[in-house]
Amino acid sequence: MTLPRYALPSTETIHETVLQNGITVLVYENPAVESVVLYGSLLAGSIYDPLDRNGIASLTADALLRGTTTRDFETLNSALEDIGAELDTSTGKHRMTFSGRALVEDFTVLIDVLADALQNPIFVENELAEERLKRTTELNFAHQDTRYMATRGLRKALYPATHAYHYSTYGSVDSLQHITTSDLRRFHSQYYRPDGMTIVVVGAVSAQIATAIIADALGDWQNSNQSDLPIFPDLSPPQDLIRLDTSIAGKIQADIIIGTIGPSRFADDYIATQLANSILGEFGMMGRIGNVIREQLGLAYYAYSRLDGGEGAGAWSVTAGVAPENVDLTIEKARDEIRRLTTEHVSAEDLDDNQAYFTGRLPLRLESNYGLASTIHAMIQYNLGLDYLVGYREQIFSITRDDILNAAQHYFDADKLIISVAG
Amino acid sequence: MTDLVTQLSNGLQVILREVHSAPVISFWLAYDIGSRNERTGQTGISHWVEHMMFKGTQKFPAGVLDREIDRAGGQWNAFTSTDYTMYYATLPANRIQIALEAEADRMINAEFDPAETESERTVIISERQGSENSPTFWLNEAVRASAFRVHGYHHTIIGDMADLESMTRDDLYAHYKMYYTASNALIVAVGAFDAQEMLQQIEAEFGHLPTQVKPTPFVRPEPEQQGECRVTVERSGMTAFLSIAHHVPESTHDDWFKLEIIDSVLTGAGGGVDNRTSRLYKALMKTGIAASIDGGMSESIDPYLYELTVTLNDGYTHANAEEIILAEIADIQRNGITQYELDKAKKQARAAFAYSTESVTNQAFWIAQSAMLGDLTWYDTFLERLNAVTLDDVQEAAQKYLIPRRRITGLLVPTGIDESEYYEDEAEEVLV
Repeated sequence: MTLPRYALPSTETIHETVLQNGITVLVYENPAVESVVLYGSLLAGSIYDPLDRNGIASLTADALLRGTTTRDFETLNSALEDIGAELDTSTGKHRMTFSGRALVEDFTVLIDVLADALQNPIFVENELAEERLKRTTELNFAHQDTRYMATRGLRKALYPATHAYHYSTYGSVDSLQHITTSDLRRFHSQYYRPDGMTIVVVGAVSAQIATAIIADALGDWQNSNQSDLPIFPDLSPPQDLIRLDTSIAGKIQADIIIGTIGPSRFADDYIATQLANSILGEFGMMGRIGNVIREQLGLAYYAYSRLDGGEGAGAWSVTAGVAPENVDLTIEKARDEIRRLTTEHVSAEDLDDNQAYFTGRLPLRLESNYGLASTIHAMIQYNLGLDYLVGYREQIFSITRDDILNAAQHYFDADKLIISVAG
Repeated sequence: MTDLVTQLSNGLQVILREVHSAPVISFWLAYDIGSRNERTGQTGISHWVEHMMFKGTQKFPAGVLDREIDRAGGQWNAFTSTDYTMYYATLPANRIQIALEAEADRMINAEFDPAETESERTVIISERQGSENSPTFWLNEAVRASAFRVHGYHHTIIGDMADLESMTRDDLYAHYKMYYTASNALIVAVGAFDAQEMLQQIEAEFGHLPTQVKPTPFVRPEPEQQGECRVTVERSGMTAFLSIAHHVPESTHDDWFKLEIIDSVLTGAGGGVDNRTSRLYKALMKTGIAASIDGGMSESIDPYLYELTVTLNDGYTHANAEEIILAEIADIQRNGITQYELDKAKKQARAAFAYSTESVTNQAFWIAQSAMLGDLTWYDTFLERLNAVTLDDVQEAAQKYLIPRRRITGLLVPTGIDESEYYEDEAEEVLV
């Protein structure tokens, strides 16, 4: 039999429209499924929080689905849940993101609720109190979680108290107590705006119809308030080997996170760093880190590295969960691998493996509506262009062993790291 | 949608479903062996054997397949459940052959090198210790042990520490030889292939594997519980949890679908649909008593549990939440649910079902699980069976199953934080 042909999303298949108020709408038609996914963002992340009240951006996003001028909590959530639709908001460092999905027949309802939530939220005290209480419980529980506490230690040590990245997007037990509904109302009024907003739709809906539905629901939205971009101090990586220990009673295992400041997604050497990270702690069974710490020494169930950079410079880190008596050995082995990455060229085979891995995984990433939508959104978020995937293979295979070594040396130094241990 | 369902001459079952929405294929190999079949002294053996299957064969030494599958842009992994052990790979369609070769090879050629076995012992102990760091792991373990005195569901999949420390390489190898056979296995493939061509590929890789009698798994039925059980777990920390479980029938039973509706009404449908309009969200979250409420039944071969788990906010007691949950259950027993609630539960299930079919990996899993449950049609008839549930069915199921005699109540009591043992470095210590 003849199998169908498949094409990468590109300017030929992604339908882009910029509404008069600045909202960018992108639609990718996928008639093979009976549902529709939407994924979008606007510039209302936690970097806009006052430093002494972190959590405002996140609580504002949460409040969107707790009531509007025409729908109370019950009515708004029933509108979604009665039809099995899903709509979530979340807050990152730079953006507030929303994602949702519904059966094709209910797409209009999904957009209607989204538009209402974005434009007309009310911020009532009892809803804020409920969320504050919930978050306080969650944070108190998280303070007993070794991985959470090790990560928190790294974050606080890498970024100075004058930088938004020093603080949790979710808020702290202390900051949550001081945030009021007025704070949320003010934040919404200033930062929720159509200019800079992106909505991606993927599913069994035509581009023309989807765009018209969104234009009808959000095309008249205006916000003339000023939205100031905060200014933060320049970041510098650790200048020494610094260890932070958090002791938590009753724990059987310790979590270790070793890290430094990595690149943002806009950095010229981001792709080379991504490949370097994959070689260090991702490819195969968690890369070189996994091979030594798990496979050879049997010290840990998980041992890997990750790169967190987005619109700003996130951490580049190695994580492992080990028995307390193996903490020092694990740190030593992880540093050995970091040192190796920064002093030796990776082999041609290592590079080729990882280049094949990066390009080969595209079909799986693009299989689901959600995978397609988030990928298309990233093309806009990081100014990659809608034909980014068309040239992706060429870009990945243009990276050389020198590029990998230079990227590793640019960011990592085995003697200048934050080592955060909790257990 | 017509599946190709067949069996090779050595007893290996095969189910193939063509889906051409994306150029990928998901290939699954399921073995009819899980933690429910483990004897005391060998708890966790199925999971450990699953780990050993990634330690290589002569044809594919350790690490070779991780590399090959990553190079191909695929994902592969495995997991052990209470009821079965499954291996899967999802790959770009033109690279699926490697998965077939790998699974056929390690079904009979896994080496279980003694040194690798010892190295993996510490990895698995580390996996268990990672779980032990969470207070809720201890609560879950205690509730299961209280619910099942005889049946293998009484222990966690990862196994008891005593067994992880004492099992030998020969124990593991014997388990592997007994249960990793063509007659005890099932292949499911879903994706962009021609079914006849895929069957030929499977025949070429698996058809020559030895024919053995399907092993009889070790199972001991759980006798009826003789009254409500309560269990308390104390762990350091500040957060209290409550777990209320009831014995329910196996997943192929009609009553299981009636209980699915009850769960949807009490805690939401799950599957990506939120639960903010469910009865217990309103009763526990909107009143500030709880920070979370979750509910659900695992799909299971034998009768298992319907579990409700609550995270309590500071200032509220287990009794506060327990009283509310039991009152909601009593209300369903007494008054049933409304037509609106029934219709909503069915619509939510339809949506969640549609979302889950977007990925060939999900579809293949559900088909494989259906076969393991003993009903090949379980997944494809799920919505039909749910839609057949009536208001009376729901009320009767609540009256029959959600009763004290079938109940296990678990309390996680936080013992607080010993300040002398808790500190966070504020000053940074420079090592070099």
